[in-house]
Amino acid sequence: MTTSKEAILARIRAANGGPAAQPERVNGGSAGQPERAEAGTDAAYAALPRDYLRAHHEPATADIAGLFAERAADYRAVVERVPEPGLAEAIARILGERAAAGPGPFVVPEGLPPGWLAALPPAIELADDTPPLSAAELDRMAGVVTGCAVAIAETGTIILDHGPGQGRRALTLVPDFHLVIVRASQVMADLADAFARLDPARPHTLISGPSATSDIELIRVEGVHGPRNLHVLLATRH
Amino acid sequence: MPTYLGMPPFPVAARAAVADSQLRANLAHATHTIRAKRAGAVAELADWEQLRQAAKAIKDHTLAHLDTYLLRLEANVTRAGGHVHWAADADEANAIVAGLVRAAGADGVVKVKSMATQETGLNEALAADGISALETDLAELIVQLGHDRPSHILVPAIHKNRAEIREIFRTQMPDAPAGLTDDPAALAAAARAHLRQAFLSADVGVSGANFAIAETGSLVVVESEGNGRMCVTLPRTLISVVGIEKILPSWRDLEVFLALLPRSSTAERMNPYTSTWTGITPGDGPQDFHLVLLDNGRTSALADQTGRQALRCIRCSACLNVCPVYERTGGHAYGSPYPGPIGAIISPLLRGVTSPVDASLPYASTLCGACYEVCPVAINIPEALVHLRAKVVDAKREKTFSPERTIFQLSGRVLRSPRLLASAQRAAARGSKLVARSGRIRRLPPPLNGWTETRDAPAPPPESFRAWWARTRGPRS
Repeated sequence: MTTSKEAILARIRAANGGPAAQPERVNGGSAGQPERAEAGTDAAYAALPRDYLRAHHEPATADIAGLFAERAADYRAVVERVPEPGLAEAIARILGERAAAGPGPFVVPEGLPPGWLAALPPAIELADDTPPLSAAELDRMAGVVTGCAVAIAETGTIILDHGPGQGRRALTLVPDFHLVIVRASQVMADLADAFARLDPARPHTLISGPSATSDIELIRVEGVHGPRNLHVLLATRH
Repeated sequence: MPTYLGMPPFPVAARAAVADSQLRANLAHATHTIRAKRAGAVAELADWEQLRQAAKAIKDHTLAHLDTYLLRLEANVTRAGGHVHWAADADEANAIVAGLVRAAGADGVVKVKSMATQETGLNEALAADGISALETDLAELIVQLGHDRPSHILVPAIHKNRAEIREIFRTQMPDAPAGLTDDPAALAAAARAHLRQAFLSADVGVSGANFAIAETGSLVVVESEGNGRMCVTLPRTLISVVGIEKILPSWRDLEVFLALLPRSSTAERMNPYTSTWTGITPGDGPQDFHLVLLDNGRTSALADQTGRQALRCIRCSACLNVCPVYERTGGHAYGSPYPGPIGAIISPLLRGVTSPVDASLPYASTLCGACYEVCPVAINIPEALVHLRAKVVDAKREKTFSPERTIFQLSGRVLRSPRLLASAQRAAARGSKLVARSGRIRRLPPPLNGWTETRDAPAPPPESFRAWWARTRGPRS
């Protein structure tokens, strides 16, 4: 009996004008012919036209970090530029304001630079994720503080790869408030440079503003299931 | 793909839709809003056309090497700890999903909006198996609560305005807050509260994917609300049902497609959330991941040399928003989960042109070409429509008597013979005196009355040019 896999592959090969009953080739195989076919596919791919711009704003002539701040703010994220030495004070101020708005601890992922939390007043309660918090526990957190992997100026996007200082994906999803620190050096001009810096094997979350929907009359409304409050601190060298 | 039960062909369904003035007002409002915004978002990128051509080339290349890339995807998903299943049709896909849900010990799933599972009728199939499927996208939730059908690829409840949505929530959502207003922000907040507990306690999530990366085995889901993140992150088991044409060769290709998709669909520089994952990640997200690769007619579309370009579609819905026909009829008239211009070609390509609905869809267009102009992967929808019209005609050939076909066969014979043409012209000139008034024919006798039902025909002139020339040899200079 042919499996659905064999049937689908045979139909694809027939549709593409090739022999319908080619032997299956997985992981390179041992025969020389499939390897040649794979090499042919890769060569054809490499020759595809890519006449688009690698970036729409040139880092040499444009204020890329400034562009990021402007465009992230376009999506109703709160964006502040802070010189690196003032970062701990800014974080303390923002968490203090947020704590006044609602109860619960702030969850802090492993690997967050310790200096960032150095100025917190004792009243601010923190929680770590070891052992992992349940979804219900995360739902009771006042917020989460993280860094990021890279950001994109053109689109005002923050990318988490959920590495050190960012936490697993649920940490930045369930709490209603997300404070994210972006270093100016992490801001790439456009998509191409940003994606080149990521490791596809890791999970990623691209964030452009707080959660939103356009599902009612195609009008954008902020605040659905993801964090409804996104606060971005853009740390500049001076 | 199941045709919606009892769905009449497009002209019949459209007639009812066009008569609904509330529907027309809702659609005109929504499509005009997004049309202007999209134009602005696209104009911002000077190299839009180059991005579009690159996307077209990448997709065409992928389709030409689809077997290689699917096997590569399977190998890389498996290597990253995921399981890959192949489904030839909707029934097989639904049975695979139902089996996986049972194996996970669950009797319910939370779902991210997915065209593929709309297409397979997954929710209905799961319900028949005693498994509940909760739609978590706001518009899908509106449709599900309203016992309605989706009418738009991106915004399935586009045919409902805020007041109607409030009414659905008030009557169908047990935990809707008292005094709920029709402010979109209040409606979104009600949906958040309603779905929260379901997200936090779900065992199984079901998603589609916008892209599947062969080189790495990564899946990509593009969304706005965060319901997608909830469904692909919190449950223990994740099942993604993905059409075989959603594949991209490499990670790098996202730099093209993530520039095109958000601007084309919601007119944003970037959608609020995009999730990518590769198999399973220990300690983060679902620890049991299944990818169901769906054919369900896609290989038939691939075999159609003109129609296969429809498989480039990234489901942005820009073509719906600019279509003068869609704007007036709405999505339900198209009789499938894929409405609008792209639906008018995708449905007949996936399902064939034998049913009355599918045979009518290629005609659900003025061929104005606005859809082609906005398509981010440059699908020449008018070309495909004309091609499919020919297929519809071919499928009917020799089956039944048709006055239209008889007339065209006859005209073919007449136009090939100068002698027959001349006598036909003489006959027409004489005949026109009987039916024409002031140079127009307003009503022809049966079986030709179909032609004049909705338009006038010009009366044939009293004498043809050839007859006049033969008589006078032209004016002498």
